[in-house]
Amino acid sequence: METFVFYLFSTFMVMSALMVITVHNPVRAAFFLVLTFFASAAVWLLLEAEFLAVILIIVYVGAVMVLFLFVVMMLDINIAELKRGFVKNLPLAIIVAIAMFAMIYFVVSSEHFGIENFAVPARHAADYSNIAELGQVLYTEYVFAFEIAAVILLVGIVAAISLTLRRRPNTRHQKIEDQVAVKSEDRLRVVKVESQQRKYEVGK
Amino acid sequence: MLTLSHFLILGGIIFSISLAGVFINRKNIIILLMCVELMLLAVNTNFIAFSYFLGDTAGQVFVFFILTVAAAEAAIGLAILVVLFRNKRTINVEDLDTLKG
Repeated sequence: METFVFYLFSTFMVMSALMVITVHNPVRAAFFLVLTFFASAAVWLLLEAEFLAVILIIVYVGAVMVLFLFVVMMLDINIAELKRGFVKNLPLAIIVAIAMFAMIYFVVSSEHFGIENFAVPARHAADYSNIAELGQVLYTEYVFAFEIAAVILLVGIVAAISLTLRRRPNTRHQKIEDQVAVKSEDRLRVVKVESQQRKYEVGK
Repeated sequence: MLTLSHFLILGGIIFSISLAGVFINRKNIIILLMCVELMLLAVNTNFIAFSYFLGDTAGQVFVFFILTVAAAEAAIGLAILVVLFRNKRTINVEDLDTLKG
């Protein structure tokens, strides 16, 4: 059963990854990347990484890929221009990919990482909490790295906003420093008016 | 029976595919960024497989941090892409030769 699930989702993963790199439209490539992430979340579930599988879907599919789609759809891209040289680079790409996979395969084949070297661990009980175990080490052993990750995210926010923030000259903006520095004299002017003698009596 | 080697080979296949994608889509920066995300996914799968088969949670913690950094990287990369497109009206890598001597 597990083997079937593994092969089903890895087939999905490999096929959609192939579609990501070959499809012509970047929007479709983004959608196939979403499918790849879903399939790999299923594979991660097989490895009892429940928290990370959920995080992969929430953070990657929910945030990063939506950002990708947003940018792809916002930019007006000439696809035909970008696809020039696709066929020309194809043989080189296949050769490099096969060479790369052959090198990886020599290392990770079942000869080195098979069942006799790495026994399959027993499944945890149904009440096993992956999140509790992950949090146990994340907030004790790796708390410094965790805080650095928070700083990296903050830097990411500041960098992304400051890169894309643009002030057009002909638009109106709120000038907060002027608003804060304003005094009551700037807003309200008391005009002294001389009182005058009445020129004539009313109703006479 | 699933062995560690199954998962590592799956990671290797995904990594090779994304490497081929970098070669095929040399002009489109968006697809290049997607290929980088695929590479990170392959590496993360390896980390989680080792974490499971060695019974060590540290691998999953590493994946957690990789996901964090990758999210920040994607956000900044896409921001740079938007600024680039605003200034040059293209995302073709071959047009980005301003620094060429």
